[in-house]
Amino acid sequence: MAEIALRDVKKSYTKDLRVIHGVTATIADGEFIVIVGPSGCGKSTLLRMIAGLETISEGEISIGGRVVNKVEPKDRNIAMVFQNYALYPHMSVYENMSYGLRIRRMPPEEIRKRVERAAKILELGALLERKPRALSGGQRQRVAMGRAIVREPAAFLFDEPLSNLDAKLRVQMRLEIQKLHRELRTTSIFVTHDQVEAMTLADRMIVMNAGVAEQVGRPIDVYDDPNTLFVAGFIGSPAMNFLPGKRNGAAVDVGGGISVPLPQELQAGAPEAVTVGVRPEHLLAGTGTGPQFRFKVDTIEALGADSLVHGALGEGILIARVEGHATPAPGAELVFHARPGKLYFFDTDSGKRLRA
Amino acid sequence: MVENRPWGTFLAHAVLIIGVILVAFPLYVTFVASTLTYDEIVNVPMPLLPGDQLLENYSQVLLSGSTKGSSAPVSTMLMNSFIMAMVVACGKIAISILSAFAIVYFRFPGRNFFFWMIFVTLMLPIEVRIIPTFKVAADLGILDSYLGLTLPLIASATATFLLRQFFLTIPDELAEAARIDGAGPMRFFWDVVLPLSKTSMAALFVILFIVGWNEYLWPLLITSQESMYTVVIGIKRMIAGGDASNEWNLIMATAMLAMLPPALVVMLMQKWFVKGLVETEK
Repeated sequence: MAEIALRDVKKSYTKDLRVIHGVTATIADGEFIVIVGPSGCGKSTLLRMIAGLETISEGEISIGGRVVNKVEPKDRNIAMVFQNYALYPHMSVYENMSYGLRIRRMPPEEIRKRVERAAKILELGALLERKPRALSGGQRQRVAMGRAIVREPAAFLFDEPLSNLDAKLRVQMRLEIQKLHRELRTTSIFVTHDQVEAMTLADRMIVMNAGVAEQVGRPIDVYDDPNTLFVAGFIGSPAMNFLPGKRNGAAVDVGGGISVPLPQELQAGAPEAVTVGVRPEHLLAGTGTGPQFRFKVDTIEALGADSLVHGALGEGILIARVEGHATPAPGAELVFHARPGKLYFFDTDSGKRLRA
Repeated sequence: MVENRPWGTFLAHAVLIIGVILVAFPLYVTFVASTLTYDEIVNVPMPLLPGDQLLENYSQVLLSGSTKGSSAPVSTMLMNSFIMAMVVACGKIAISILSAFAIVYFRFPGRNFFFWMIFVTLMLPIEVRIIPTFKVAADLGILDSYLGLTLPLIASATATFLLRQFFLTIPDELAEAARIDGAGPMRFFWDVVLPLSKTSMAALFVILFIVGWNEYLWPLLITSQESMYTVVIGIKRMIAGGDASNEWNLIMATAMLAMLPPALVVMLMQKWFVKGLVETEK
């Protein structure tokens, strides 16, 4: 159990190839942190730096109050679960799980006890003598987690552990990881590109983009109150609708003859180019208060519980989430209004949210 | 092929049968000759059915050798060949697996340079460096010894290269998982890399054993005492000169004996050999 602190952590491979531009975050003891971002944003590199598999170019990482910049991975008291599981193919499940303990010369009775306890938690008891190649993907994933659990480390590091599983198994393993964390309460850092995993697993999440932590916070706060265009577009599925527009006095002209009034408190200091954002689930059918979004239906994705209605509006594409089986025909003209207070305004050039 | 084309099947079999005859006939003649007396062989035409001298010929070569040319017993030569092939094959694997491990898993200055240096020696056949190597062996005083027979042949660029290629297919995460588990480099080598390389090593062993067994030029240069002859050299030495003075029946028996061990190694290790060459699952 330990707190993990990152202080202005940077990574560069050469002078010109910089992948992480300074990340600062504190992960509380027992917290489940998800680092989420698109591929190439540096999230895995950051995790590998915490694990000690990559050197830290600048800044400081401390685990449990001890600066670990120069500490070997094995001495950092962490355990890591890899995307492709990285099980030793020639060892049985039991040997795989106990390997780290055997290296540390733990007494065999203690090893047996720990492996059996982990196997029980993960329901691997019947598989202990099997080789990894005789296991399914989900079972291999559980063995990889078992290997981490038996070590009883200060922190678990997960590097996209679910992305090799099929959709159904992924949901199931997600729930198991959640349950596991509730039981063990071990500080965990979980890297993923899947924002659904991030939303469902995280106590807090770090949204990364191009080597920068764009926003750190509780999933709901990040969803409700994104700091930047990137975060707003990345968190939430389907993504938030963006309507790039021009400022026109106290309103933003987003094309299609629609003018969205800027709230009073944002008017001072608003730039020329403003992007208006609204989530598909915050678009309500019919004319209500505020600006009306009128567009021709392009396509409809009927998902069962609700339907996604796509249409072009000005320069942007608008997606609205419609409850139930409402299936307007393509080409029909619909009108929507935004739920009060659910319009977001961003500076188009800097990507920053406009705040009072 | 699921199609049923009788003519095609016939043709395929005919080609295969002709191929087998072409390959097997010389072997058969060798075997027949090794069971005849000297007089029967030099008679034209030589009989093509086995004679009754099988036990006599083989026991003579094994126990006392030929009476012309070389006269060392073939059993000694077989032992020499076996020791040489074994030591060379095992030595090559041991040295190569360590150098391949170093090249793949350690970042040290000049890593690529050293790899390419090793690789370049692949292109130099043994004949190119045989004179300097002989000089070195002579200066070290290891002529006519097992050490001289084996040591200069042990470094192997081919084996290093093949094992390096195999190591590159082992996922990096395995090394990283081992690091986090607390295994040092040699522990990782011993516990993970070596067990995973078993089939590759077996395949290499088969190839290297046969190459070592069939090695001709180097033992020819470095051995001058009959007690150090390998069987391949022994055959050469038995063919002393003019046609008439050679005991062809004994030479053929020796040739048969020289063929056996490589064939045995291939047959016994076939399963592993094939696995090592085709296995992709990691």
